[in-house]
Amino acid sequence: MAWQWFYRMGSPRWFYEKTGRWIPWLAAITAVLLVGGALWGLGFAPADAKQGNSYRIIYIHVPASFLALAGYYVMAVAGAIGLIWKMKLADMVMKSAAPIGAVLTFTALFTGAVWGKPTWGTWWVWDARITSMLVLLFLYLGVIALQNAYQHQATADKASAILALVGTVNIPIIYKSVDWWYTLHQPATLKLTSASTIHPSMLYPLLIMIAGFYCFYALALMLYTRAEIVQRERRTQWVNELVEAEK
Amino acid sequence: MIEFQFASLAELWAMKGHGPYVWACYGLMTAALIYLTDTPRRRHRNYLKQQQRIKVANEQIRAAHSEVEK
Repeated sequence: MAWQWFYRMGSPRWFYEKTGRWIPWLAAITAVLLVGGALWGLGFAPADAKQGNSYRIIYIHVPASFLALAGYYVMAVAGAIGLIWKMKLADMVMKSAAPIGAVLTFTALFTGAVWGKPTWGTWWVWDARITSMLVLLFLYLGVIALQNAYQHQATADKASAILALVGTVNIPIIYKSVDWWYTLHQPATLKLTSASTIHPSMLYPLLIMIAGFYCFYALALMLYTRAEIVQRERRTQWVNELVEAEK
Repeated sequence: MIEFQFASLAELWAMKGHGPYVWACYGLMTAALIYLTDTPRRRHRNYLKQQQRIKVANEQIRAAHSEVEK
């Protein structure tokens, strides 16, 4: 009984039907948070005393970086569930998490580089945090490549899951890189265990953007997984009915 | 407490010289968010349409076969 929810969640059909109802609401919440947060951050938060207006990039850079890392956990945990319990939906989620994570990691790196130019005077340095984020991008790209490298889907899923799990070693390195090797990238602005080093007038829009990015991540993951479900479940009666409904 | 930090929209655009950096990032974010929502939706829709076309084609082939057999 206790495990019933776990098995039900593992059903692609259940996931497809439930998320079909959740997506419009989630999309509306995401749009409100992202538009509101971006407007606040761009026009209403005060300029930084030292960095001027370039710091407004923080409202994209930090949420994108958060989700690039959190998304890796999603991919690795889904990969582990797929490997251990052979749950079909977990494999689909793992595959879906890869392109989303890759785009968000690229966004974090790009916005970091653009922010670096007016702040540090350079687009790129081989700093520990930046380099470990680049490795994260390659891990995501590796999973995408492995997914396309095999004819047999089960083999592709197994290989991708193993790469995703091995790659988790990079995650604590990214988190701690700013403390272990204090080179150029600044230490964390937001801290769970102590006070954040950012003024509330700048913090609130950042928290809204982070919440917006989390909602967006969930939305994108649902959309990608649904597209994957209809392809992998094409032989089932319920997907055939969906195809029929396309007429 | 919350007030608009710029004297005009032109100042917001210029951001005292930081405009190109800031707007490039917000532009990329917008493109990334659109890409990540549009790609799976298009893939989903196209796949169902493709399956529908295959189904129709198979039905036509079957019908043609049964005509020949008659």
